[in-house]
Amino acid sequence: MSAEAHNEHAAKTLSDHHHDDHHHGDDHDHGSFKTYMIGFLLSVVLTAIPFWLVMSEALAPQTTGLIITAFAVVQIVVHMVFFLHMNHKSEGGWNMLALIFTIVIVVIAVAGSVWVMYHLNTNMMPTHEMQSMG
Amino acid sequence: MSIDHIASLIFGRLDWNALPFHEPILVATFAVVVLGGLTTLALITRYKLWGYLWTEWFTTVDHKKIGIMYMILGLVMFLRGFADAIMMRLQQAMAFGGAEGYLNAHHYDQIFTAHGVIMIFFVAMPLITGLMNYLVPLQIGARDVSFPFLNNFSFWMTTAGAVLVMASLFIGEFARTGWLAYPPLSGIGYSPGVGVDYYIWALQIAGVGTTLSGINLIATIVKMRAPGMGLMKMPIFTWTSLCANVLIVASFPVLTAVLALLTADRYLGTNFFTNDFGGNPMMYVNLIWIWGHPEVYILILPLFGVFSEVTSTFSGKKLFGYTSMVYATVVITILSYLVWLHHFFTMGSGASVNSFFGITTMIISIPTGAKLFNWLFTMYRGRIRFELPMMWTVAFMLTFVVGGMTGVMLAVPPADFVLHNSLFLIAHFHNVIIAGVLFGLFAAINFWWPKAFGFKLDKKWGLVSFWCWVVGFWVAFAPLYVLGFMGVTRRMRVFDDPSYQIWFIIAAVGAGIIAVGILAMLIQFAVSIINRDKLRDETGDPWHGRTLEWSTSSPPPNYNFAKTPIIHDSDAWWDMKARGYERPIDGYRPIHMPANTGAGVILAGLSTVMGFALIWYMWWLAALSFFALIAYAIFHTFNYKRDYYIPTETVQATEDAHTKALAAAAAKG
Amino acid sequence: MSHAASLNPDYVDEAGRPIYHPVEEPHHPEGHSTMLGFWMYLMSDCLIFAMLFAVYAVIGGNYAAGPAPKDLFDLPLVALNTSMLLMSSITYGFAMLAMVKNRTAQMQTWLAITGLFGLCFLGIELYEFAHMIHLGATPQRSGFLSAFFVLVGTHGLHVTFGIIWLVTLMIQVWQKGLIPANKRRLMCLSLFWHFLDVIWIGVFTFVYLFGMLR
Repeated sequence: MSAEAHNEHAAKTLSDHHHDDHHHGDDHDHGSFKTYMIGFLLSVVLTAIPFWLVMSEALAPQTTGLIITAFAVVQIVVHMVFFLHMNHKSEGGWNMLALIFTIVIVVIAVAGSVWVMYHLNTNMMPTHEMQSMG
Repeated sequence: MSIDHIASLIFGRLDWNALPFHEPILVATFAVVVLGGLTTLALITRYKLWGYLWTEWFTTVDHKKIGIMYMILGLVMFLRGFADAIMMRLQQAMAFGGAEGYLNAHHYDQIFTAHGVIMIFFVAMPLITGLMNYLVPLQIGARDVSFPFLNNFSFWMTTAGAVLVMASLFIGEFARTGWLAYPPLSGIGYSPGVGVDYYIWALQIAGVGTTLSGINLIATIVKMRAPGMGLMKMPIFTWTSLCANVLIVASFPVLTAVLALLTADRYLGTNFFTNDFGGNPMMYVNLIWIWGHPEVYILILPLFGVFSEVTSTFSGKKLFGYTSMVYATVVITILSYLVWLHHFFTMGSGASVNSFFGITTMIISIPTGAKLFNWLFTMYRGRIRFELPMMWTVAFMLTFVVGGMTGVMLAVPPADFVLHNSLFLIAHFHNVIIAGVLFGLFAAINFWWPKAFGFKLDKKWGLVSFWCWVVGFWVAFAPLYVLGFMGVTRRMRVFDDPSYQIWFIIAAVGAGIIAVGILAMLIQFAVSIINRDKLRDETGDPWHGRTLEWSTSSPPPNYNFAKTPIIHDSDAWWDMKARGYERPIDGYRPIHMPANTGAGVILAGLSTVMGFALIWYMWWLAALSFFALIAYAIFHTFNYKRDYYIPTETVQATEDAHTKALAAAAAKG
Repeated sequence: MSHAASLNPDYVDEAGRPIYHPVEEPHHPEGHSTMLGFWMYLMSDCLIFAMLFAVYAVIGGNYAAGPAPKDLFDLPLVALNTSMLLMSSITYGFAMLAMVKNRTAQMQTWLAITGLFGLCFLGIELYEFAHMIHLGATPQRSGFLSAFFVLVGTHGLHVTFGIIWLVTLMIQVWQKGLIPANKRRLMCLSLFWHFLDVIWIGVFTFVYLFGMLR
């Protein structure tokens, strides 16, 4: 890189430093009427089907459980994308990083708690056994 | 309606019996506190300091002053927490062979609970938060934090929690449940008094402050770094602070939630952690340790940063393995969420659960070990200056390693079944917390004191304090390892087996030596303040430092940097000095700064009243203060004018003074 | 010096010497960190809800010989309630679109409609709670009911604070107009409001729908 080009580059970055930090309130992604409507319609569908599945008892409970869990996950993603405007660019990627970190912690804490507590129960001495011992 | 009924409507459960007239120790303490308090208030009034304190300190949004206030809060509470410690040591050394000691069970149980709660929440937390508050903006070349008002509010919420804990000493009682208040003991059935309620509301109110301060510091580090400071050019203390604050934001909500559920059990009669009606007390233990284990790393990570800064400064070398240090910190941050069950191996989980958490616990010691080697290699072939901060660091390395090793022992589930809740555990965690967190804080105080106040700390008294602490620590806690192996459990008030007594007496002697160490430290502060002119630091860089805070004057101006620095190296100031950096002496611009506000004091004050009212069932006052809190918070949002400009002339005058001081120092030295 | 290699190439002058101070001070406009900070607050709030879900997952099956979900839940009512919240989400979205175009009156209208949907949601929820308590299914009755009332109630409390905040912001916009500070606050509330909707997806799926499957 020549000296001039280099200098120009330096000058540019100096005035333009932290370019992705310079949100003046208006360059946030606000979505459009279209994206909101897409999100809304998707949510309606993704809400209606699980309710219908459970109310109609069309499938076995276990299958229904799996399906509605999948629908919930998809709907959460839909809300994140169309209503909360999550993308990898917002706040220089920090929002996404924070979200991923939170999801990891939530999964660890919730799944871990269920696992741990389930184990505690299996190792509890059944009540009738205790009575017979006393 | 009887008088009693009206009184209970107004005062809830509060009556004259709540004041501990029957406890001579408390009455005497109370008398001393009242006398001391009145004298202080009288002196402040006499010298007309109220206005100064209010405008310059209480309402300040300057991160440096808030940091110092956090440190003062932490040190004051430390004296209270240590008083509890030495009372326990005395009791346990005395109460043998039918002797009851001098503390009754009701009082003793409050003391061991208060000791733990105070030392973690109101000593360690304020001290590390204060340190991060003071240093992070200076290290990243910023003029303040992202949310200066929030910073002030966070501090006062932490103080509000501390005030409630202190109030419990003289009005009513504190919890008698141990520092984590496990149900069902902490449930309304077994703890019907106000003790657990003091515990809950003190922690909830302080927790709001802690969480918000965590968010504030993360935003500051992400958003306010000086140009050129990429993530891998941040000073290592800033890195560890970032990780510690991520842990705060991602774990304190867990504490908030679990305490809220305990509150619901106690106040509304729900059945989360009861033994009846489908509650599950084990769930409380599980949840509180999901907070509790990351909390351990919240406490230690920033101090790992301190040790890194100190080691590299006083070895005159760049930190060995900066990158591996950063990765080790990040790995610890994530792994700290995968080990919580090792606090309750004995609760009956099966082999698969226990081995999983045992193994993750052993894994987390690896990055910590890597850090230790990094510090050793930094010292290797360095020109080591044994100033006080470096001495504390060396003492940390030697002592902390033992604590780490005993931790790995406890991570082995079969060993833990033997050692769980024994004094071995007590010795272990004091070994890591005192040697890691406290020694680190003492290193930090000795290191950055000249930056904060403009003069160094007296070395002679510092050495007295240092040796008393290090020797006292080993004399006090080595016997507890032995007693743990002998099977002595924690939180005991009296003992039958006389063979334990000698060890408890040695431990009490150790606590006495530590007391001398604390006294020496207070003398060190006093002597240094008296001799401040002799100890003066004119250059702002008394230790030949490496990071940006040393490029400012001591103490730094309220705007920190007249001109924002550009960073080329992770040891930015060292790099600037090496390249012959010349400090600009003119061409300043007006500086945009946040304005002071009393809103933080008012909001935290209302929270204290609300907490107190809820503890004592004064429902009208609780409702009133709650609505006042909401109303005032909304009112505060109508204030849009929250900043001002420091005019160029003021900046110029301040910088000129520093230029002169630098020239004078250069002429002298 | 061997340092030269580590110079930041963005900040050197023509002669290759390092620049140590920018010509223009880096500008940190007021509120430049607010959106990031608020997002982190939401993440921490998310963890509070995660804990409540975890508690529900662990003790939500402990009926203590009391009523079970099937005895209590009225799915059509829950569906109605869900639609209220969903409607309020889209209307808040319309308010934000109006805000971007600086159409103050239109935005205020949409905000008011959002608030009304929120109030309907709360009304239905309170009716449901009252009905359950009337049946003897109080929060004190069993672990399941404790977990249910606190999880759903915490969400409801958040909606309540959202509505109070919404009214406050409407007053502030009415007073000061769509100044940057107010726009920023409206964007924060937008995140908050949609976030509550995301939590509600978890509530209706794992509490209500799964409850009926048990």
